[in-house]
Amino acid sequence: MNVARLAWAYLAARPLLTTLHVLMLAIGVGTMVLLLLFTAQTEERLARDARPVDLVVGAKGSPLQLILSAVLQVDVPTGNIPYDEARKIASHPMVAQAIPVSLGDSFRGFRIVGTETAYLDLYSAKPASGRLFQQEMEAVLGAEVARVAGIGTGAQIAGSHGLTAGGGTHSAHPYHVVGVLAPTGTVVDRLVLTTLESVWEVHDEHAATGTARREITALLLRYRTPLAAVTLPRLVNATTAMQAASPAYETARLMNLVGVGAEVMRVFAIVLMGTAALSMFVALMSALQERSHDLALLRTLGARPGTLFALLAAEGVTLVVAGVILGLALGHAAAEALGRWIARSNSWSITGFAWVSQEGWLAAAVFAAGLATCLLPAIQAYRRDPAILLKR
Amino acid sequence: MLEIRDLKHEYGGRSVLEVPEWDVGEGEAALVLGASGSGKSTLLAAIAGLLTPTAGHIRVAGEEVNALPGARRDAFRARHMGLVPQSLHLIGVLNAQDNVRIARRLARLQEDPAWIDACFAKLGIAALARRRATELSVGEAQRVAIARAIANRPRLLLADEPTSALDDAACESAIAMLLEQAAACGAALVVATHDRRIRAHFTRALEL
Repeated sequence: MNVARLAWAYLAARPLLTTLHVLMLAIGVGTMVLLLLFTAQTEERLARDARPVDLVVGAKGSPLQLILSAVLQVDVPTGNIPYDEARKIASHPMVAQAIPVSLGDSFRGFRIVGTETAYLDLYSAKPASGRLFQQEMEAVLGAEVARVAGIGTGAQIAGSHGLTAGGGTHSAHPYHVVGVLAPTGTVVDRLVLTTLESVWEVHDEHAATGTARREITALLLRYRTPLAAVTLPRLVNATTAMQAASPAYETARLMNLVGVGAEVMRVFAIVLMGTAALSMFVALMSALQERSHDLALLRTLGARPGTLFALLAAEGVTLVVAGVILGLALGHAAAEALGRWIARSNSWSITGFAWVSQEGWLAAAVFAAGLATCLLPAIQAYRRDPAILLKR
Repeated sequence: MLEIRDLKHEYGGRSVLEVPEWDVGEGEAALVLGASGSGKSTLLAAIAGLLTPTAGHIRVAGEEVNALPGARRDAFRARHMGLVPQSLHLIGVLNAQDNVRIARRLARLQEDPAWIDACFAKLGIAALARRRATELSVGEAQRVAIARAIANRPRLLLADEPTSALDDAACESAIAMLLEQAAACGAALVVATHDRRIRAHFTRALEL
């Protein structure tokens, strides 16, 4: 029988209250953890997907929409641009590399992207099986596409019109899967990649004429020189009917937009944790009143004031540790559940099976705040007059 | 075992306790008699070192109790004194056995389950060892409180109004138990009471 066991006995004697205090703290911590995981993984994902591309040239419209559609593959495109106009930009001396992308179809909700094999080099994607596409109507699957669809090299797939599942099927133009890519942790994992010509081939049927001007959705550029960051966007925006958008700038803007919501949630989580700390403080103070004779008795039995301090502190610490552990578990479980839910309808996903360093700081801060909450009741316990035991 | 000299205690300038001289020898049993408010509980608290008297000296086992600094006084009390308070004060969230175990722990004595079993058997409460303190009757709780008070094998056992709420039969039984247990561990016994029914059990008494 020691202080820890006695503290536990006091907590176990009021299971409902103890559970509620732990739950309140856990919900606050869990909300904060979910936010940390969501913002950290979103920032990381945006940075990873957008980093290889310096500039995107596409149809006029929202620059953010252009980046979301052509780089991050989560929004509908702003429109198409003439391929020959795009090639003029590609041949500019300040452009080190230009990769066209053409969208329009999907396979079971995964986008089919017409492009060049250089696109795969941007994300260091290599075939895990088979080879890269070379001919028209050859396709390679991203790792996630192959896993979810349960198909591999040698399969025949038909695209659906539109970027979400449910459009008309191009069954007359099946793609021949010639390879499956190894996982990269980037947008490529969720794409079906083929040649530009394949996309044109499929859509010529819909255009009803074979003479339509070739169009692409966007041109992804890499600069030859840092000076291009100043010159090229202005050149495109001022002298052509197209627009140029910077992935770095637009993703930073997106995070600022998302950040407002995240900030509100963060304040909400802090309020929750503050309320939990206050309720814990009230619980410890009322426990102190209820147990004034127990504490006096322990003093008469030889408990030093420090022992009584430790007893109250042990109760508070137990609640805080349980709340933090449960909160971390809740936050990760919620992140995983949210990630799976989002992934059903969107190529965006987060996982609960990840750890961000701020979680350690969060746990330490909550622990310190919890200890501070215990301090006053523990000091009061320390100052109890043991003689009250003989005054009744 | 217990020596008191020129003891005085005041509350707000009013004298509540005066004991010019009183001794209790080793193994002796003594009574402190007095009406409510006569200072009996104050005297026990002063002997136990739970309050510092306004003046005078109290020695227990040769040690000037109130001269000891706080932590050493707590340790001295835990090691050498046992206390049975009037309202027993068992810790309600613990079972009977753990109420005794914690007393040994705070006295920094080794765990001794065999001693606790034997003590409970002697007090007739062996079957109640694992029962929660809140589920015990007054009589059962009193036995557990006595077991707790002697768990450190004290040299001085103090009991505050141990029989005040008991009928004659229970009163006899309680006082016999206290005397027996004090004798068994060789402790001097000081009982503070206003209950004159137990006067006959003691050869020495201090009237307040």
